[in-house]
Amino acid sequence: MIRLVKRSSYIMGLAAAVFSMSAVRGVAAQDTTFKGVMISGTYDPLRDKIGITILPVAGAYGDSIRTIISRDLDFSDRFTVIAVDSADPNALRPAAGGTLNYPLFARLSATAVVQITSGGSGLHVVLHDVGHSKIANTGDFPLSAAGLSRDWRQGVHRVSDEIERWMTGQRGIAATRIAFMRGQAIRIIDSDGAAEITVPTEVDGGSPAWNPSGSTLAYATHGTASRILVLDLATGRSKTLVGPTKNSIYLTPVFGGNGSTVVYSREGEHGSDLFSISVDGGNAAQLTVGRGTLNTMPTLSPDGRRIVFTSGRSGPPELYIMDSDGSNVTLLTNYDFSEKNYRSDPDWSPDGRLIAYQERVNNDRFQIRTIRVTGSTPKLLTNDGINEQPSWAPDGRHLVFTSTRSGDRQLWIVDTESNRLRQLTKSAGSKLASWSARLGGQ
Amino acid sequence: MMRTSRIAVMTIATLSVALLDACHKSPPPAPAAAPATRNNDSAEAARRAAEQERLRREEADRLARARADSIARSEAAARDAASAAASLRSTLTATVHFAYDQADLQPEDKATLDAKIPILQANTGVTIRISGHTDERGSDEYNLALGQRRAAAAKAYLVQHGIADSRIETISYGEERPIAQGSDEGAYSQNRRAEFEITAGGNMLRKP
Repeated sequence: MIRLVKRSSYIMGLAAAVFSMSAVRGVAAQDTTFKGVMISGTYDPLRDKIGITILPVAGAYGDSIRTIISRDLDFSDRFTVIAVDSADPNALRPAAGGTLNYPLFARLSATAVVQITSGGSGLHVVLHDVGHSKIANTGDFPLSAAGLSRDWRQGVHRVSDEIERWMTGQRGIAATRIAFMRGQAIRIIDSDGAAEITVPTEVDGGSPAWNPSGSTLAYATHGTASRILVLDLATGRSKTLVGPTKNSIYLTPVFGGNGSTVVYSREGEHGSDLFSISVDGGNAAQLTVGRGTLNTMPTLSPDGRRIVFTSGRSGPPELYIMDSDGSNVTLLTNYDFSEKNYRSDPDWSPDGRLIAYQERVNNDRFQIRTIRVTGSTPKLLTNDGINEQPSWAPDGRHLVFTSTRSGDRQLWIVDTESNRLRQLTKSAGSKLASWSARLGGQ
Repeated sequence: MMRTSRIAVMTIATLSVALLDACHKSPPPAPAAAPATRNNDSAEAARRAAEQERLRREEADRLARARADSIARSEAAARDAASAAASLRSTLTATVHFAYDQADLQPEDKATLDAKIPILQANTGVTIRISGHTDERGSDEYNLALGQRRAAAAKAYLVQHGIADSRIETISYGEERPIAQGSDEGAYSQNRRAEFEITAGGNMLRKP
């Protein structure tokens, strides 16, 4: 008999992902009575998620491909992945020239079934529409990199993102990476927490930020010869963009102008101000006139026309918005002169609507909030531990941030629509994350 | 100088007596003296020799003592100089502290900086590096900026009081290098600081 495991409430976080996987294995071990078919999964009828099944993948690295894509679709927070297993995987796949057993998957509440064949040059993907009992889409995805390598994984993630686009009209965020700091090193990790590496940087490098194509990282070195550099990820070489300048510290670079400029903060002996410089070098343009106050941590609107930044010009750090040439500065966060608040580390969402930032809530710990660009009552997203340094995923829905909720500083990801959480990193001292844009083909 | 002269005089006296003594012993004077006189002379000579030996010993002791005293005195002087230099160095590297999220100098910190000014003025070859630090609260990146501002505030005070700009370097470590561990105000207040490091000319510090 077919067994469908339903859970009335969705269990959040990494523990849920692990638990549901072990549940799949557990069911697989005990129930093989009906045509060898078993089903399990996390299913919540209250949430508007699409039930989807990934069939066992035939061919090279089939199990890994199926695991990666199932996890990607789960992490997208748009799908309920219904895991189906069988002692004979061929029982689930359509026979050669035949059709999928649509009634079976309809009974399992699957809206879609993904059938993947792993061949020599890549993956052949068939998306079945269960409701209409027909093939909705097919695609071929080249996968030339060595099996299980970082590039190969990105290739598999791109399949997940395309399936999501076929189903929802919006490309997923699986084929993205997150740059962050651990200790004095800049590291990069895949969006699903796999394939973590250290990238080569100059000494004391920090505050990494992606360019729009994901080919370079801007970063700042601190210490005695502080600079802004751009690291070419293909060659591993860093190029100094600006600095060092005696008695000055360079901070918080971000790309602007669709990758043609870098906006950063430089602090000499009279406060810090924001500057903009071409990625080809040349003269920097000063954007703020802080008159001795601190003006740092810029983040640009998606159209590049406005900048939100942190400033201590009124006392405690608050968020301000200005035009990208430095004009029309206005206070974004609701600062009251009697308040001793602290709001910093803004990041402008890729859809342009929201700004995520950290705020000391009730004069205690930092928590993550989002506020509309037009100003509004900010939404509080966290309350467990210290939560800071938010960075948006390219879908404008997920945020990566630093949290102490598990004890030490780790990167976590929150779905701002469902508040579902998962832990991204597994090593202490991770911080200052920057989420890449969607990464292109290999 | 005085002591040297006195030793010299004593030395000359001793040598003169020794010379007289030598003259007396050889060769015998002519004409020969009467036996009684000769006996008296012998007793007198022995007495003189004993006296001479006593003086010689005393002088040797005195010289040894003087030498030992001189070594002790120069050692003490070196110790004094070293402790004076250590005291100058500790004044020059004394840390100043800041209030939460502030880079303004408090009155007691101005006093700490005031004490450094005459030492810097008397030792024009000395250069220093001021590093600004913050407590662990606050944004990592904003704290790097705040640390720089604290270092710059301490430097500006010294420059306003006549120390050449070129002799003072500033740097920020933000919250990366706490001196006190812990998450309470006791630790925070120690960590919100500017440190002073001598980068050149610190070996021969002169008193102002």
